[in-house]
Amino acid sequence: MFQDGDSSVREGLEGPADPSRGKSAPAGAPEVPVGAVVQARGLTKRFGEFTAVDSVDFDIGAGEAFGFLGPNGAGKTSTMRMIACLSPISDGSLRVLGLDPMRHGSRIRSRIGLVPQDDTLDLELTVRDNLYLYGRYFGLPKKELRERVDQLLEFARLTERANDRVDPLSGGMRRRLTIARALVSSPDLVILDEPTTGLDPQARHLLWDRLYRLKREGVTLVITTHYMDEAEQLCDRLVVMDAGRIAAAGSPRELIDRWSTREVVELRFEAEGHESHGRTLADLAERVEVLPDRLLLYTDEGDATLEAVRSRGKPPIAALVRRSTLEDVFLHLTGRSLVD
Amino acid sequence: MARALRAYQYCFLSYRRTWRGSLTTTFLYPVLYLAAIGVGLGHLIDHGSRQAVEGVPYIWFLAPGLLAGTAMQIGANESTFPVMAGIKWLKTYLAMLATPLEVTDVLYGHLLWIVTRVALASAVFLAVMEAFHTVASPWAAMAFPAAVLTGAAFAAPVMAFSATQETDQAFIVLYRFGIVPLFLFSGTFFPISQLPGWLQVVARCTPLYQGVSLCRALVLGRLDAWVDLAHAGYLVAMIAGGVLAARLTYRRRLVQ
Repeated sequence: MFQDGDSSVREGLEGPADPSRGKSAPAGAPEVPVGAVVQARGLTKRFGEFTAVDSVDFDIGAGEAFGFLGPNGAGKTSTMRMIACLSPISDGSLRVLGLDPMRHGSRIRSRIGLVPQDDTLDLELTVRDNLYLYGRYFGLPKKELRERVDQLLEFARLTERANDRVDPLSGGMRRRLTIARALVSSPDLVILDEPTTGLDPQARHLLWDRLYRLKREGVTLVITTHYMDEAEQLCDRLVVMDAGRIAAAGSPRELIDRWSTREVVELRFEAEGHESHGRTLADLAERVEVLPDRLLLYTDEGDATLEAVRSRGKPPIAALVRRSTLEDVFLHLTGRSLVD
Repeated sequence: MARALRAYQYCFLSYRRTWRGSLTTTFLYPVLYLAAIGVGLGHLIDHGSRQAVEGVPYIWFLAPGLLAGTAMQIGANESTFPVMAGIKWLKTYLAMLATPLEVTDVLYGHLLWIVTRVALASAVFLAVMEAFHTVASPWAAMAFPAAVLTGAAFAAPVMAFSATQETDQAFIVLYRFGIVPLFLFSGTFFPISQLPGWLQVVARCTPLYQGVSLCRALVLGRLDAWVDLAHAGYLVAMIAGGVLAARLTYRRRLVQ
């Protein structure tokens, strides 16, 4: 396993240096984010009549962990595929690593590591061969590639399974292998499309730990997810997408401060009728959300609000005071729950 | 082209792990067919004559036809299910496209690999033919490229077709109503002069007939330059047309 002080996962192989990294804008130059790895303006993706991504703007800085949060169908994957130069843009402009994906797709992809939603591993080949062959696609020299593969097997904690076929591996192991595979070319930008969907909590935490390590080493991460805890854990900045548009952007903390209250009181009442309870308690909170199974009261003083609810003489069967999360932000912005 | 070779290398290394499955089609079938139909049935047809079919023993007539027919089968088979696997089942194409490889690299690499498979099987088949003493002319060595040409002429257009399919159902239809009838009625097992007049015209126009005629002319040393060039030209045109079509259908399928 990689210890602190060990050689970094990104080192070892000659990767083309990122010209935008470490440079500062010359005096008097226009406001271009220093080291913007991805820059999108009016970025649009249409499939026939359907607009999957509807004129979005964002900048992703070098070394940043940037998230796209939203429900299925929000346009996250389409955005991701355009950044990865897998899908041509329909409109607007997009620069990735300072290059135009429409003209330099192959060059850009040589510096990107992609972790797609589907693993696209070859189940009949061994773990080691999957890494080795993928490295060959990048034209990496055989000898260096073999050393690199050994490093990555350690990184992904798969050394003991190196010569096993992929087929019998668990979902978590396959995911780690897919991430290791994306790192084979020492990419400047790693794109992860729903990296932990379908994994058990233990597997997710191990994966998060690997992603933290990459982040510490200065790799730019772009992550899509529909898990708000994942976004809060991993992302420096994120955008909330809904129906192809960006509904809000900022750091997780900024988004919560801006779009939600400090605390939330969750109430569950005996019978149906959360709707009518919601109306009678509306004056106790800044905002009330009525969900099918519970009532959310947005307030800065959760305990005081809960006291006030109880003093109204209609005690809920269950009550919980918690801090606001990104899910509350999403609920506020779109009126819908994040996980569908 | 260097990038296409990276895709080719994947196919090659992946075959090294799974080659056992193709042993029967590559090595066993030529022996079985030549033994059962060439020797067994040939004995009945020849009636002791050495000139029963078009002036040669039946097995001499049959062997080059089977060579071309086998090349077609491998070329077509390898262009159906494995293409679907690349797009949909194993998604190996999609893995490649996330790297510096372009759609054409994936296409050419895979096509080159299929041609390699055809070449391997054709070489084995020619060796078996030699062992059965069915090779009559030094020109027979040229039957090797002719068989490879025949396999490639099927591979390219079938790849183009496979990339348009959502499921593998059409492959079975293609096999039953395309490949098997071609195998049986393109002059492989009997001279097409045995067919009714109008069917002879149809048979003469089919792609496998070109490959069968070319291989037979070379193995038996009965060359007719213009006719054989026309056969070869037909096959080359199929490759060219197939590659152009595949470039389109691959792009349409894989770049969205």
